[in-house]
Amino acid sequence: MNEGTGEKKLDLLITGVGGQGAILASDIIGKAAVVSGLPIRAAETHGMAQRGGSVVNHIRLGSDLGSMIPKKGADIMLALEPMEAVRYLDFLKDGGVIIVNIQPIVPVTVTSGLAKYPDVQEILDVLSEKYVVKAFNADELAYEAGSRLAMNVAMVGAVSGYLPIPKDALLESVKALVPQKTIEINVRAFEMGRRKVEES
Amino acid sequence: MTMREYMLGNVAIARGLLEGSVQVIAGYPGTPSSEIIDTLASREDQDYHIEWSVNEKVAMEVAVGAAWAGVRSVVTMKHVGLNVAADPFMTLAYAGTKGGLIAIVADDPSCHSSQNEQDTRRYARFALVPCFDPSTPQEAKDMIPYAFEFSEKFEIPVIFRPTTRISHGKSDIELGEVPSDKPVPHFEKLLDRWVMLPKNARPRHTHLLSIQQPIEDALAESPWNSLELKPDARLGVIGAGIASVYAKEALQELGLEASFLKIGTYPVPKKLILELLSTVDTVIIFEELEPVVEEQVRMIAQESGLEVSIIGKTGGFVPREGELDINAFLEALKKAFDLEVEPETGGVSLELAPRPPALCAGCSHRATFYSMKKVFGKDAIYPSDIGCYTLGIQSGTVETTLCMGSSISIASGLYHAGEKRPICCSIGDSTFFHTGMNSLLNAVFNKANITVTILDNRITAMTGHQPNPGVGFTVTGEPTVEVSLAELCRAMGAEFVTVVDPYRLEETQEAFKAAKDFEGTAVVIAKQPCVISGKRAGIRRVPYIVDPEKCEGCKQCVKFGCPAIEFDEDNKCAVITAICSGCGVCAQICKFEAIKEVKR
Repeated sequence: MNEGTGEKKLDLLITGVGGQGAILASDIIGKAAVVSGLPIRAAETHGMAQRGGSVVNHIRLGSDLGSMIPKKGADIMLALEPMEAVRYLDFLKDGGVIIVNIQPIVPVTVTSGLAKYPDVQEILDVLSEKYVVKAFNADELAYEAGSRLAMNVAMVGAVSGYLPIPKDALLESVKALVPQKTIEINVRAFEMGRRKVEES
Repeated sequence: MTMREYMLGNVAIARGLLEGSVQVIAGYPGTPSSEIIDTLASREDQDYHIEWSVNEKVAMEVAVGAAWAGVRSVVTMKHVGLNVAADPFMTLAYAGTKGGLIAIVADDPSCHSSQNEQDTRRYARFALVPCFDPSTPQEAKDMIPYAFEFSEKFEIPVIFRPTTRISHGKSDIELGEVPSDKPVPHFEKLLDRWVMLPKNARPRHTHLLSIQQPIEDALAESPWNSLELKPDARLGVIGAGIASVYAKEALQELGLEASFLKIGTYPVPKKLILELLSTVDTVIIFEELEPVVEEQVRMIAQESGLEVSIIGKTGGFVPREGELDINAFLEALKKAFDLEVEPETGGVSLELAPRPPALCAGCSHRATFYSMKKVFGKDAIYPSDIGCYTLGIQSGTVETTLCMGSSISIASGLYHAGEKRPICCSIGDSTFFHTGMNSLLNAVFNKANITVTILDNRITAMTGHQPNPGVGFTVTGEPTVEVSLAELCRAMGAEFVTVVDPYRLEETQEAFKAAKDFEGTAVVIAKQPCVISGKRAGIRRVPYIVDPEKCEGCKQCVKFGCPAIEFDEDNKCAVITAICSGCGVCAQICKFEAIKEVKR
């Protein structure tokens, strides 16, 4: 946890599946960074890949150059889906932190019998060999907070302690970006996600 | 006080247009360019005309009309869109403009969402038109007002070429002022400029050539090109557009001493290139897509007799295809200077299931393709087109995709070549209005015996739900004429035109059978709103569920390929998940009546 102290530069990768709210998660962090006076660059997946495909967002806090994280450059990966954590591993530096939602989304290639979904426990075991892994079911956590749709915000809460951005700025950003009616649920999801990682 | 905001590159470009007093905005949606118009259309205080045109050529001509009336205009598209608009554009370079005109043409290295990787800077050189190549979203915004002024100063259109990572990159952006006064439009009747008959075109070509040097000189002085000479450096780096920031970061990481030339405009700043070339032994050139700068640098070096080693795409040091990044720059350096290559250790060995994009749960295209395949069979030929429905390749009903609007003409060509198998092509509603209409007219006129399926999902879904002439509202949501696809097809001479609801499989299959039997060009319009825009418009359907008692585990519904249907291997039974949108097509497919609506 380096909140408010030390290095203000951090490369964060968000991976997941189109429709999970990776862009909103990235926007929450981005807006909060600007409010905190931190330069920010981000790159996101649009278009064809949105239709249930694999997506990846790059977020570079404290960077004033390009938006693309170099291979083995990311400090942290926030994986909204377990298999998608593995897909983009070559961007994460050795010994980096992975915060991963263990709820799988099975792709059509698997439902139609063309491919197999790897065992989630096996994924976590393999990840733990080289990286620091914080794994929990963010879908269920969000459900407890009031809605499964708040999964992305629970994950932002989970990573919040690692970001060089004050928690209050992140929470303000959550309130500004989620639908008005769901603010309470999302704030709760954020807090629950944050606690989940703090406790682990 | 300066304002900073976190925004998407395309939103920053839209802001740049406001800061540059744009008055007319036209375009055709195409990833990664679409959000520019979407952003400006959603503003409440609009003092400009904004439209989604039916294709890029038309959009270009609308912008030209506005610029000839003396106001600032912009046309937006993706790289392949300029192929469609190339006809007016090439001649516009001769005629020139009065008001500033910017053609924003977004390139897509690595084909994130495109059918090819062409480099728009080639068009700029082809047409002898200046081009701006931003390196960051901030620069993209700041360049726009400059580009308008530049266009007006030389009375020439300019190209603005963001790439995917600019358009879809996000950054903190420092905002500028939005001026409140705009010129009053007045069309000046300059016939020798606006009428490009040969007598007028010849001197305009001479004129266009004559302003190339002044344009180059002016651009060389612009803030978008900069040379940092390191007194002792033997290595020079030239970075163009977004590639310049990758190169810069890689140099910082390596702690390498190099003189650095950043290029953001074309024609390239020859003077700065010469200055760099005369102080270093080796120069490495890093640019997205084609070796446009590199070719110029080689020419300049040859012309001036400088013996500098030039490293770039030509010798294979920098890849010519795909997208660049910091790693590509490091690789190029390693290859060029035999630096030690760090062993690849990233990743883990775990077999992953591919996750390709797929048509949404309940997408009507899947249902249409299902019926199409049932009736026409495996042996038939299925030319298709560009849109979400290209993902129908997974249904086995997309066998060609060349460019917007081509499916019908390719089907015609196959038929006229003497192909005896049945031919059933597909095209979306927006694509049909774009350039499919011409092809249908031609097919009917020349008696192609084919079936044309118009996948009418009532929106341009692929690029983010932009309206087209078939939907009844404009970009700002204002009601407008709702053009009937059926009547349009009939007006173009098609004698067999039928409209079906693709969610009704039997009805749709009957229509396809009749179309297949019809001698001539038959049109089947499969009409059902896109599930995403439908949901937003308030369409609510009851989801479906599998009765495990009745399910025989035959997997017919699973094979349909809907992402809402999974198979429970333990219980040998199909399962419908929460993402079901209630189209009910799987229930019609199930022979055992095991799929039912969820009871309310």
